Amino acid sequence: MDISPVFFYSFAAVAIAFSGMVVLKKSPIASALSLVIVFFCFGGLYAMLDAHLVAALQILVYAGAIMVLFIFVIMLLNIDAPSLDTMRAGRLGRFMIIALSIGLLSLFIWAFKETTPPASVGAFTPQRIQEAGGNTRVLSELLFSEYILPFELTSVLLLGAIVGAVAIAKRRST
Amino acid sequence: MMRIEPWVVLAFCSTIFFIGFAGVLMRRNIIVILMSIELMLNAVNLTFVTYSKLLNHMGGQMAVFFIITVAAAESAIGLGLVIAMFRTLRSVDTDQIKLLRE
Repeated sequence: MDISPVFFYSFAAVAIAFSGMVVLKKSPIASALSLVIVFFCFGGLYAMLDAHLVAALQILVYAGAIMVLFIFVIMLLNIDAPSLDTMRAGRLGRFMIIALSIGLLSLFIWAFKETTPPASVGAFTPQRIQEAGGNTRVLSELLFSEYILPFELTSVLLLGAIVGAVAIAKRRST
Repeated sequence: MMRIEPWVVLAFCSTIFFIGFAGVLMRRNIIVILMSIELMLNAVNLTFVTYSKLLNHMGGQMAVFFIITVAAAESAIGLGLVIAMFRTLRSVDTDQIKLLRE
């Protein structure tokens, strides 16, 4: 793939390091701030892969909205130090979880490496997208023609989520 | 210039996915578990975008668009549940959820 190796490897290294910190840090606020950095790295990778709209949405929705929600809840709950003990299970359980993850990861990497990448099936080569007016335009035209039903369904989903979140988090009236 | 093979990008995606996977299984703090789920969702999104580029097909990016929407709804509901849980248990430790065990 024609992406810059320098930028790819630096984004990937930073993302892996900080997602390790998300899992390992004791304090949830440190995890949340590491997660923000991971999201920005992912945004950079999306932009490198010519997915400009997705990169912008990644920054706006994930690094903006979702992380603000997380940090807001952490601040709101104001958890005291003893109650945020970190790890589940004993040493053996933790070892088994890590072994399982590494095993499955090697299986995935082996599968990706051994299979040949699929041949191009679509018509949207970077050149054609450029001629049609750019990534955002092509994506939005598809969104309002071919994918109009799922698009409308997401608005129903979001309405349900708003009502549900308020109903769950509301203080019970006595 | 050196080229990045597609499997390297996909291997990076699966690395992030399994870091999130290990986080979901290992941590006890429910907020960090939700963050690990976000990590896994992001890894899947990057896989979609990579294949979208490989196949020259926009379906992958369209799927990412919908996944981002669902992830936003999911974290709103999830954090609402965390607040409800904290209100009843005064804790965010998942090992404290044992009402059905007693």
